Amino acid sequence: MTGEREPGAQADANRRARVLMKGNEAIAEAAIQAGCDAYFGYPITPQAELLEWMARRMLELGRVFIQAESELGAINMALGAAATGARVMVSSSSPGISLMAEAMSYMAGSGTPMVLVNIMRAGPGLGGIGPSQSDYFQATKGHGHGDYRVPVLAPASIGEAMELMATSFELAERYRTPVMLVADGILGQAMEPVDLRFRTPERQTFDWALTGAAGRPGRVIKSIDLDPEVLERRNLDLQHKYREIARRETRWEGWQLHDADLVIVAYGTAARVARTAIERAREKGIRVGLFRPITLWPFPSHELARLSRHVGGILTVELSAGQMVEDVRLAVEGRCPVAFHGRMGGLVPTPDEVMGALKALKGRVDRIASPERHAHMAPVSRWHEPPERTEAEPWIHERVRRGGRR
Amino acid sequence: MTLHTPGPESPAPGASAARLIYARPEVLRDRSTHYCPGCGHGVVHRLLAEVLTELDLPAHTIAVAPVGCAVFAYDYLDIDFVEAPHGRAPAVATGIRRVRPEAFVLTYQGDGDLAAIGTAEIVHAAARGERITAIFVNNGIYGMTGGQMAPTTLLGQKTTSSPFGRDAALMGYPIRITEMLAQLPGVTYAARGTIADVGSIGKLKAMIKRACQVQMEGGGFAIVEALSNCPVGWGMTPQQSIEHLKGPVVEAYPLGVIVDRGAVAQPTHDLGCPSPAHPEA
Repeated sequence: MTGEREPGAQADANRRARVLMKGNEAIAEAAIQAGCDAYFGYPITPQAELLEWMARRMLELGRVFIQAESELGAINMALGAAATGARVMVSSSSPGISLMAEAMSYMAGSGTPMVLVNIMRAGPGLGGIGPSQSDYFQATKGHGHGDYRVPVLAPASIGEAMELMATSFELAERYRTPVMLVADGILGQAMEPVDLRFRTPERQTFDWALTGAAGRPGRVIKSIDLDPEVLERRNLDLQHKYREIARRETRWEGWQLHDADLVIVAYGTAARVARTAIERAREKGIRVGLFRPITLWPFPSHELARLSRHVGGILTVELSAGQMVEDVRLAVEGRCPVAFHGRMGGLVPTPDEVMGALKALKGRVDRIASPERHAHMAPVSRWHEPPERTEAEPWIHERVRRGGRR
Repeated sequence: MTLHTPGPESPAPGASAARLIYARPEVLRDRSTHYCPGCGHGVVHRLLAEVLTELDLPAHTIAVAPVGCAVFAYDYLDIDFVEAPHGRAPAVATGIRRVRPEAFVLTYQGDGDLAAIGTAEIVHAAARGERITAIFVNNGIYGMTGGQMAPTTLLGQKTTSSPFGRDAALMGYPIRITEMLAQLPGVTYAARGTIADVGSIGKLKAMIKRACQVQMEGGGFAIVEALSNCPVGWGMTPQQSIEHLKGPVVEAYPLGVIVDRGAVAQPTHDLGCPSPAHPEA
């Protein structure tokens, strides 16, 4: 490259800094540039390239890389390294994250910072290796046991994933908490042009880190407290921290919302499909906007609630059976219809499918606006309902089935 | 024994009548423990505290506490501690070791923690030759949860989860995990001692000291198994439990140094397993 076709040297430098990178590798390099001291992992598709990038680069830089004996081993190595104040990271994909759940709970309980990347694949069980967002519940409501939360960041592009890696380390250290970055398998596997602009969060000194008890009493990093009163106080402190995080760190992005009659709520790859669908809808005169949560926890509930007062209806699009849509409905509180469209098993909704769901929602919204309101409270689900079973079923099943059809 | 940190009760210079020969190492906190009467954990804590003090290690040590009876080890030893999930202490210690090359890294684990739920972690830490020292207290039972069968429980032994005695056909055989680990070239030192009597305690202390020195000298993985008792879990008086320890327990788990490959770091290219018949010097 000589830069002859560019008007100036600066443009040439910009062009050189823009490269085509695979998501997993870009995320790994962003973590390295963010100052990651130690990486621990275990091979699993579709995140293996992240581990492989770390295997080469971390050793080149004289930092710590270990391919552990399991995801249990990997995250507990991270726990030990993080307890000394090091900047640490693990990555895996859905089944591996299930194994890491135990240590997540311990780290949340003991206030140990760490960044965990989940390149999500389709479940349940071994499932498949296709892209998925079916770990939303796991990431935002669960993984391990106990009353705890972790901040969950969800990029929609490789470039954004790189920026959010630095943010993840910042949040982890600022709030002494594990932080999850979740991306569906497409973001891990796809290649995109990205700017090689990195951010390294400032190093802090920690008054809790284990460095050897020289000239001070021994420090203990632990989650256990057998005294219920003490343990409740610790839990209350945690809840206070989570309220702080929710107040200060909620992130989302709006697009074409200024005149929107309908809004799609989607994150990650689903949000990109939604953008294409929104462009097509607007060509047809349907005014649709996009509300894209960037933090899945804390979920931008207040912002979505405010928005729901001004729009006719909301469509949630996910690569799942409908997980985030529960948070959307909680935020909207019935102020407008909330429809859902999703695909599972490693499939991705097409813009055409989303258009179809938008048209169905629009019809429903128009009916609500018309004098004869009918049946607008029935939730619209776009996947195939199983046929009614004809044989006699136990009573409990009948109850569940009837109760389920609101 | 010589102690580097005599307490404030040390005699003033010139006081010729009394000579302090036995005192609490400062690193052992002056408080009563939660262990049951007659339990061996207190002896192992004490030996560890003495060794750490003699080797001038407390200020450099980062230790990993297990899940099990020793879960509160940090309440008794005044050193930096991190809690590990059940069985994961060797993985946690690995993480500490790799980011803190200058630290002295220690795990303290029981037999349920190390030989059942944490088998993968201990085997792979040993296989990697992690420069850590594992203190493994084997009392053949899950004491903390009320005396259930452990992988190390003797055949025929009655526990709350083997009420008719451990039957090999149903419950398998006791695991000699320290011998298993000793096969791995990454293991520099593996030994088994016991707290059963004064002589054994002295030998156990020497083993713990050696396991610590191995790490200080840059060797690989080191483990000391301390055969201990659990009077409450075994349904015995403390005295009966000591007799049981000296008899059938020691018979099932022979005492002595299983392997000592010297403190020289293992070459990473040597993937061959040494034959048990030809132990390396």
